[in-house]
Amino acid sequence: MTNKKQTLTAWLCLLPAIIFLGIFLVYPMIDVFIYSFEEGYNFASQSYFGLGSYNYSYVLHDPYFIQALKNTFIIVLITVPLSTGIALIISLALSSITKLRELFQTIFFLPYVTNTLAVGLVFMILFQKTAYTDGMVNVLINLFGGESIDFIDGPYPAKMFVMCFYTIWVVLPFKILILTSNLASVDPIYYKAAQIDATPKWRVFFKITLPMISPMIFYLAITGFIGAFKAYSDEVALFGTDLNAAGMNTIVGYIYDMLYGNSGGYPSYASAAAIILFAIVFTITVINLLVSEKTVYYQ
Amino acid sequence: MSDTKDLEKIEKRDKSIKIVRGAARYLFLTFWALIVLFPFYWMIITSFKSYSSYNSEYVPRLIITSPTLQNYVSAFTEVSLGRYLINTFIFTVITTAIMLVIVVLSAFAFSRLEFPGKNIVFALFLSLMMIPNELVIITNYVTITDLGLRNSFPGLVLPSVISVFYIYLLKENFEQIPDELYKAAKVDGTSDMRYLRRVMIPIAKPTIITIIILKVIECWNSYVWPRLITDDESYFLVSNGIQEIRENGFGRENIPAMMAAVVAISVPLMALFLIFRKKIMAGVARGGTKG
Repeated sequence: MTNKKQTLTAWLCLLPAIIFLGIFLVYPMIDVFIYSFEEGYNFASQSYFGLGSYNYSYVLHDPYFIQALKNTFIIVLITVPLSTGIALIISLALSSITKLRELFQTIFFLPYVTNTLAVGLVFMILFQKTAYTDGMVNVLINLFGGESIDFIDGPYPAKMFVMCFYTIWVVLPFKILILTSNLASVDPIYYKAAQIDATPKWRVFFKITLPMISPMIFYLAITGFIGAFKAYSDEVALFGTDLNAAGMNTIVGYIYDMLYGNSGGYPSYASAAAIILFAIVFTITVINLLVSEKTVYYQ
Repeated sequence: MSDTKDLEKIEKRDKSIKIVRGAARYLFLTFWALIVLFPFYWMIITSFKSYSSYNSEYVPRLIITSPTLQNYVSAFTEVSLGRYLINTFIFTVITTAIMLVIVVLSAFAFSRLEFPGKNIVFALFLSLMMIPNELVIITNYVTITDLGLRNSFPGLVLPSVISVFYIYLLKENFEQIPDELYKAAKVDGTSDMRYLRRVMIPIAKPTIITIIILKVIECWNSYVWPRLITDDESYFLVSNGIQEIRENGFGRENIPAMMAAVVAISVPLMALFLIFRKKIMAGVARGGTKG
C-alpha cells in the first residue's frame, strides 16, 4: 500500500528530470546520427535526398575543417601538457609556503570566475598592434630589444601564441586548485620517513609526491584533453566571431558555423563534424586510459 | 674543534640554501600573480581614462592622471549594456531556480524513496553525463527553432536547466542523512514532501549552495547556446553583448568605453567570489569542471 504510493511519488519526482533529459539530451543524441547521414538536408523544407556518408566526406574535404582540425590539435598539444606542468609547479610552490598562501590562492583562482569573452577582449587589446599604439605586450618586447609583432591580425605563429597563452591563463585556476588540495592530502608520514633517511628533495618528489598525486594529474590530463578539443569561446574572445577569416577556427567553431551564422544552415554537415569530433575525443580518452594503466600509481 | 666548525659551516650553507629556495618560490609565485592580475588592473585603469588621453598614449601608461566616469556613462547609455546585464540576471535566476527544483526532486527520489527499477534508472542517468554538449546542441537548435522559441527566454532557459552531475552530487549528500530521522518523521505522520522541505533540504544546505554557485557562474558566462538561439539584440546575454559591443558598439577605437563595459560585466561575479571565496573554491574542487 505505502510502497505503491512511494513508487508513484518517486516517479512524479523524477518526471521533470526525465522529460528534460529526454527532449534535450537523449532524443538529440540519436537525432544527430540520423542528421549526419541525411544527404542534401534542407533546413527550410526539412526534407532530404537520401542516406549516405556524403556529409562526412564533404566535411573531411572542406579546407576550413582541415584548418580547424589543425588549429585544434595544435592548441591541445601545446596547452594541455604546458598548463598541467605549470599548475604542478605552482601548486608545489604554494604547498611549501605558509605566509601569503591564501592570498596567492585567491589571486590564482580569479580567472575562473571571469567571463571568458570579456577578459578575452582585454587580452586582444593588450596584444594588438594598431595605428594608435603598439600595445602593451609589444612595449615590453621593445623594452627587451625585440621587434613589434601584431599578435591578433599578424602571422599565424603569433596568433597561435596568444591563443595558447590565453587558454592556459583560463584553465590554470581549476588545475592549481585541484592539485593544491590533492598535494595537501598526501599522508605526511611518507615525507617524515624520507626525512629520516635524508632523502634528497628531487628524489622525494619523484618517488613520493609524484606517484601519490599521479591519479589526479591523470584526471586533469583527461579533462584537459577533452576541454581543449572543445576550444571555442576563447578563440572568439580573441579573434572575433568570424574565425574562418582569421584562420583560427576550431572544430567546435566549425560545427557552429555550419549550423548558424553567415555560412550556416547545414545541420547535416554540423552533425557529421560533431560526430567526427566525438570520435576523436573518444579515441584520445581511450588511449589515455591505456597509457595510465602503465604509469599511474593507484593505492 | 674543526668538526664543530665544519658543522657550523654546513648549517650556515643549509640556511642560505633554504632562504634562496624560499625567495625563489615567492618570486615565482609573485611573477605568475602579476600575469593573472595585470589584465584586471589594466582594464580598470583604462576604463577610467578619457578617450582622448587613451589615444594620445602611444606607449600605454599604467597610472591614471585624471580619472573620468564618462566611459561608464557611455557604456550604459550608448550601447544596451544595462539590457544585457538585466537579461543575464533574469536568465541566471530562472535557470538556476528551475534546475534546483528538478535536481532536488530527483536526488530525493534516488536517495530516499524505494521503487522498482531505481538502480537501472540511476545508472541510465549517470551514463547520460558522458554525452557532450556539442553533440546535442545541433538538434536542440532545430527543436527550439521549430517551436518558435528563438529570441525568447524559454528558448534560452529550457535546454540549460538540466544537470545530471548535480543530481548525483546531491543524492550522495542526501544519503548521508540517517534513516532514523525519516522513520521518526513517518511516525509523526509527516508527508514525504514535508520531510524533504523541513529536514533534508536544511541539512544538505551547504551542497545546495555549492550547486547554486556553480550554476550561477556557468549561466553568467554562457556563450554558445545564447549565441545560437538569439540574434535579436534585446535578448542578448552579457557574453554576446560584449561581442556585439566589440564589433558594432562604440566604434572600434573607443577602447576605454569597451573596458568600462568589461568591468561592469566582471564585477558581479567578482563580488560574488570575494564574498563566498571559501565556498566557491571548495565547491569547484568538489564538482567543478572547466578546461
